[in-house]
Amino acid sequence: MTATTKSDAPRPSTTPPAPDEEQSSQFQKYVRDIMGGSAVLSVLAVVIALVVGAVLIAVTDPGVQAASAYFFGRPSDTLTAIWSAISGAYAALFQGAVYNFGAADFLSGIKPLTDTLTDSTSLIAAGLGIALSFRIGLFNIGGQGQILAAAACAGWVGFTVHAPFPLLLILALLAGLFGGAIWAGIVGFLKAQTGANEVIVTIMLNFVAFYLVSYLLKVPVLQAPGSTNPQTPPMLPGAIFPPLLGPNYLVTVGFLFVVGATVFLWWLLNRSSLGFQFRAIGDNPRAARTAGINVNRLYVYGMLISGALVGLAGANQVQGVITTGFSSGIDSGIGFSAITVALLGRSKPWGVFGAGILFGAFQAGGYTMQAAQNVPVDIVLVVQSVIVLFLAAPPLVRKIFHLPTPGSTPKPKQKKSAPESAPKAEIVQKEGAAQ
Amino acid sequence: MSTTVATPRFDELPTHLDRAVVKSWKVPAIFAVFTVVGIVLFVVLGRNGVTHFNLSTSTDLIKLPIAAVPTRGAGIIVVIVSAVLTAIAVALSYTARKVPLGVITLFAVVFFAGFLTWAAAGHTLAVPGLLLSAIGISVPLIFGALGGVVSERVGVVNVAIEGQLLAGAFVSAVVATVTHQALIGFIAAMVAGVLVSAILAVFSITYLVDQVIVGVVLNVLVIGLTDFLYSQVLASNAPTLNAPPHFPFLPIPILSGIPVIGPALFRQTIIVYLMYAAIFLVWFALFKTRWGLRVRAVGEHPTAADTVGINVNRTRFLNVLLAGAIAGAGGAYYSLAASPLFTREVTAGAGYIALAAVIFGRWNPLLATLAALLFGFTSSLQFSLSAAGSPVPSEFMLMLPYVVTILAVAGLVGHSRGPAASGKPYIKS
Repeated sequence: MTATTKSDAPRPSTTPPAPDEEQSSQFQKYVRDIMGGSAVLSVLAVVIALVVGAVLIAVTDPGVQAASAYFFGRPSDTLTAIWSAISGAYAALFQGAVYNFGAADFLSGIKPLTDTLTDSTSLIAAGLGIALSFRIGLFNIGGQGQILAAAACAGWVGFTVHAPFPLLLILALLAGLFGGAIWAGIVGFLKAQTGANEVIVTIMLNFVAFYLVSYLLKVPVLQAPGSTNPQTPPMLPGAIFPPLLGPNYLVTVGFLFVVGATVFLWWLLNRSSLGFQFRAIGDNPRAARTAGINVNRLYVYGMLISGALVGLAGANQVQGVITTGFSSGIDSGIGFSAITVALLGRSKPWGVFGAGILFGAFQAGGYTMQAAQNVPVDIVLVVQSVIVLFLAAPPLVRKIFHLPTPGSTPKPKQKKSAPESAPKAEIVQKEGAAQ
Repeated sequence: MSTTVATPRFDELPTHLDRAVVKSWKVPAIFAVFTVVGIVLFVVLGRNGVTHFNLSTSTDLIKLPIAAVPTRGAGIIVVIVSAVLTAIAVALSYTARKVPLGVITLFAVVFFAGFLTWAAAGHTLAVPGLLLSAIGISVPLIFGALGGVVSERVGVVNVAIEGQLLAGAFVSAVVATVTHQALIGFIAAMVAGVLVSAILAVFSITYLVDQVIVGVVLNVLVIGLTDFLYSQVLASNAPTLNAPPHFPFLPIPILSGIPVIGPALFRQTIIVYLMYAAIFLVWFALFKTRWGLRVRAVGEHPTAADTVGINVNRTRFLNVLLAGAIAGAGGAYYSLAASPLFTREVTAGAGYIALAAVIFGRWNPLLATLAALLFGFTSSLQFSLSAAGSPVPSEFMLMLPYVVTILAVAGLVGHSRGPAASGKPYIKS
């Protein structure tokens, strides 16, 4: 993370350019910063990932394989097959994620977009939690365990407590937040008390949570009465998130909660004193400690809040997504996808929000793609992880696309246009500073 | 002197005294806790009946009789032995001496034996089968842990063990099927592990991306890739792409005749024998050769290593690749020995257990191997015990490695401190 931000942040230019060419060089600098900056890099990382996905789809497509058998006889057949495989898959992805052009009217055509929001709800919530931990300088890899703990708590309240509608919903939701917070709080506590590496502890707690929930699903704590399957009874109607846009769409009020959580995290990180201390620790824990911040206590607070946000995802899974009773696979990989969401969103609340919507779109579209084009939905995992890999290494993306480094000066051009105004010593100095 | 030292940088001087005072009380304390647990389980909640241990299989040269152990009596003996060992540990600690590893191992074995006897009361436990399945589960764990040790010793956290194992399993299945040669599949698995490692190395060493992030993302990438290729290509072409030939069992003439442990250890495929060699080689190379000294120097203090002329990033790059080859070889065990063909996510988190073994084994190849064996043993025990009607739910047995690792990382069990520069990229200034 630190390396990423370091190389990514535009470096402040040490020497202002000469006044007469300030405007044009300033403009050039902006262009260079935008072209080499994080927005363009994010788009390019997505492009690379889609290209990788396209290659995989083309290579494994049966039609392409059949046509490539006589490639030298009629190469155009192979190319057509490749084009139809890739375009068919990505068109299905788009139609499953944004707008279905085959639908009768606008209201049913827009349904895929609402599915995207449904699929992104848990991703955003968990991504926010992971992002908060990243901002404190902690790696919370334990999304899976926290979601499972939260789902178990929210689920248990949701099918045992008999309470009227809004009350039970809130109780179950709070139970979920509590479960996630406790499960992550263990990590913060151990980190603060013993210095235990949070990466290892969160990974291990994922497995502990999985086996614990598996066990609880086998005994009459979570298991549906009279059943032998490791599955819970369905949620009581009072605990279920009501639909947000009417019964025709799957998106629930859970999405509103997630929007609220995003606003909360933004406020927490950017406007509150606690968030300031979090960021101070994330930037430099030693300096924060010297400045009088109780780093150990804030690790615990940070993990509690992080876990509660991930817990929102767990509660959403049982109260909004799978309300008919869940098993130990309720996390459906969101814990790990959330890490990629947080990274893609650069650990900023609204960035995570956007990244969650993008990955939700991949997920929603991925299932349509699988149904329509027989392309396994697992390709979404590949695309997501390639995006994150390249996003984490901006210099590599710049190298691939021959992009400038932000903050750098276009050396050959300057030499041509105004060799006198930019003394060599300055350039050398800047380069030295850049390195 | 007994206070813990705040800054890790200066712990060279006081550690010696520290260790003598702080560390020594942990072992007796843990012994005491387990002895109390033993008293509660084996005596207070003791189960009456007889536990049978079937010590040999029908093909063994030396047939041992079925051992019948009265459960409660055995429990009492185990508790007494545990108490004696605890007293020894207390005495050693009182005189500020270290409790030898042998005593700890003996305690673990005795307690495990007592636990087995208690859990399987009234049933018969087939010990050779138990050991055989324990070794089977442990083989990929040990390969993975060795890969993790090599990588972490050189200063690169290897969370991608899972991905390396899975890539090895997938590639070895396909290559062995296509070439009809298990050995070529095995080599291909190592190449696959190296490829995963190469991504890890390029991103974390060359482009300074956080090693944990690369590792986690690589695991997701490999899972996605293998799942995708499995459902798209392998599932429909299983006879031509996913029917790997298997390594034959090669019993070692005399050793495989040893009662109880012989069949499990020495009636195995060549992968297991290669594993024995790998354990020894990694240990020997790390601690007895110039290469190992350099690797450890780079992992502990890269600046110092650089100062004496070691190319830090080159050393790291090469050894991360080597780690990938070792872990990839472990992946081949799934496709070429353990299961008939490659299935989706066949590793099922073994890479993470291997990571746990690395830490629990204190970044030492031999201890990591023992940790992996312990984890494999508890996993296989869970199968035998649930068949024998054990009162302990299988989930708790499966949970054990992870809980133990958390305790280890939290410093409650032993003292686990990784290579100092592990996880930190080296930027030459």
